[in-house]
Amino acid sequence: MDSLIPLFVIIPLATAFLIPIIGKLTIYFAKTITPVVLLILCFYSITLLLSNSKETYIVGGWQPVEDIPIGIYLVLDSFSILILCIISIIGFLVSFYSFEYISYYTSENNFYALFCLMIAGMNGVVLSGDIFNLFVFLEISVIASYALVAFGVGKNELEASFKYQVLGNIASFLILLSISLLYWQTKTLNIADISEVLQTSDDSAFLKFTQVLLISGFGLKAAIIPFHAWIPDAHSSAPSPVSAMLSGVLIKAVGVYVIIRLFFNMFVFTHEIAMVITVLGTLSMIIGALLAINQSDIKRLLAYSSISQIGYIIIGFGIGMVVLSKGGKVSIAVLAIAGALFHMVNHAVFKGLLFLCAGAVEYRTNTRDMGQLGGLAENMPITSTSSLGASLSISGIPPFNGFFSKLIIIIAAVQARFYLVAFLAVVVSIITLAYFLKFQKRVFYGVNKNYKNVKEVPFAMSFSMIVLVVLCLGLSILVIPSIRELILDPAVNTLINMDQYINQVIQY
Amino acid sequence: MTVNILCFILFLVGLYGLITRRNLVKIVISLSIMEFSLFIFLELVGYIDGGIAPIITGQDANAVYVDPLPQAMILTAIVIGLATTAMLMAIAIRLYRKYKTFDIREIKNLKG
Amino acid sequence: MKGMSIIVKKVAQLIAGFVFLYGIYIIAHGHLTPGGGFAGGALLAGAYILSILAYGSDYLKLKEEQTESSLSESISILLILMLAVAGMLMGIKVFFNNFLPKGTIGELISAGAIPLYNIFIGIEVASALLTIFLALIIYKEEIEE
Repeated sequence: MDSLIPLFVIIPLATAFLIPIIGKLTIYFAKTITPVVLLILCFYSITLLLSNSKETYIVGGWQPVEDIPIGIYLVLDSFSILILCIISIIGFLVSFYSFEYISYYTSENNFYALFCLMIAGMNGVVLSGDIFNLFVFLEISVIASYALVAFGVGKNELEASFKYQVLGNIASFLILLSISLLYWQTKTLNIADISEVLQTSDDSAFLKFTQVLLISGFGLKAAIIPFHAWIPDAHSSAPSPVSAMLSGVLIKAVGVYVIIRLFFNMFVFTHEIAMVITVLGTLSMIIGALLAINQSDIKRLLAYSSISQIGYIIIGFGIGMVVLSKGGKVSIAVLAIAGALFHMVNHAVFKGLLFLCAGAVEYRTNTRDMGQLGGLAENMPITSTSSLGASLSISGIPPFNGFFSKLIIIIAAVQARFYLVAFLAVVVSIITLAYFLKFQKRVFYGVNKNYKNVKEVPFAMSFSMIVLVVLCLGLSILVIPSIRELILDPAVNTLINMDQYINQVIQY
Repeated sequence: MTVNILCFILFLVGLYGLITRRNLVKIVISLSIMEFSLFIFLELVGYIDGGIAPIITGQDANAVYVDPLPQAMILTAIVIGLATTAMLMAIAIRLYRKYKTFDIREIKNLKG
Repeated sequence: MKGMSIIVKKVAQLIAGFVFLYGIYIIAHGHLTPGGGFAGGALLAGAYILSILAYGSDYLKLKEEQTESSLSESISILLILMLAVAGMLMGIKVFFNNFLPKGTIGELISAGAIPLYNIFIGIEVASALLTIFLALIIYKEEIEE
């Protein structure tokens, strides 16, 4: 019971409600407390990651009765700690970046309060071991994100936020429906307990229905292709730090993470569901990239590219599931899942960085239209260099991290005999390179027509970008076997060994 | 079972409204209808024939109680629903201020 | 926003007090009967909203009212969190620990810390609903100007 993991939720939540009170006295309170708090969480989560600790926590101290869990459980294992690390690191850098950027807008206190609320919700989603509690935290984080998308209160922001909310609400209904169906069938809400009950039941039609509902609900939050309609609007209209959070962290923490957690640790997955997930991933990868080519708005391009990159992540997990469900070699599944996890970490870093760069460009030039920009590399060297790094990384050019994670996924696809998927992954990677070269050329190189006198962005903004570009290069070390064993492999093990998760919760 | 089907029909009523109405406020109302049909369904999950309210005092050993957990879940879900509805209404009013209309056919800045 | 006719004003004046009182009753008996912080808080906010609707918002300084109600919302949430953390600090490290003596079932002062949570949640919900309502009025008046 010595575990302190509820602090991941309590601290940001308390900060979110302290800001409106103390923030009235001085504007700098919100600006400084948010990065400080997130830095503390950052250090704490990295310590937990390196010590590879597994912790279970019962809120309110409701001990299990006859081995049946009755309380709300918070579960920390190697997979969730990885996501917690991403949330805190990107959250810290983004909040630091906002120091200058957000003084553009009025009511900065509200921004920081909502930001902390979003972080608290995401941490809760990741830690929760209880499916309804997970839904509550999910709603906390997405409601905060609805408000943050509409933060600029212009025409576009409001319209995007309304669309996002309508679709997001429908997703929440689907999730709530599937939760009630699961409760109906199993009479429990704890993920590990549900999993134990489901292993003995054989009502496959019911299970498939629930699984499809869950995929569509969380798929909408994760912006997989048939459910992607909100993402370009919401990402392009939100203030840039928020887009970086949405794209870098939110769609992973509340979308991909939950799908993966539920399908690996709760359901006994079947071959069909695994194939559905792989096909959805492939579709997202291709269509996202094709839609991105023709965009002239920087942030819309990045948003579509997010869809495509989420596709890669889903493919990795999907191939792992297919191999495991067919009883194939575990080593291939391990490779695929490790690649997907690696790409998840990488995508958070480079997509966050790209949105921050887009924000820097917008901060100085007040436009996102690539037709009007050009030749900014001379005046904005830091922004230009870091966005070049991120672009090369996302399109999979060697020493950068994106290359290695994509390579691992493609190798796994070939080994699992998904030759078509592997081929398409390579093609999409080339398309990605093409549209990022276009982005680079139109924005940072070429002729500078309109913006001869722009300056480099202030320190707070450039600092975050530099740290992220260093991370882009530095994360490549995760392919070195000894480091991979420390960070990625425990997470993969928790996913493929269902019993490990169940034992951690039930026998606590 | 009849009630379950009725609540499915209520869900479809909400969905129909969501798809066919063009007024922002009516869309919000349709979403609320869908949401409440789900709440009723969740309530039915915990219902037991002849069950009484689960305030356990220990006086009647043979009493059958309804399942209290779905009720707690609905209460939480209602709070969440309140927050989302308020958020949607706030955005709808703001949109009205910008466009002077609630008609979604007029509000189409974002494309592509 | 203008007020309504004298009949509505009088009736609202009479009813609002009872609604408020009933809200307090629901909150205070939250651990004994169905209801509790959320339902009672909604009634408290309802009493305010009823009188604002009847009398109109012309008498109010809307912006200031809204700031105050959102302030009280934040404070009550922080109090709830502090109560939860207080449980954590009491001996065993359990968040949301019910650390007060439980008492006997069915009495008003029983069930440990739960009545306290109910009271703070009631204040929280009441001020949150009032904040939402005032915000919507403010938006509406901005349109009319």
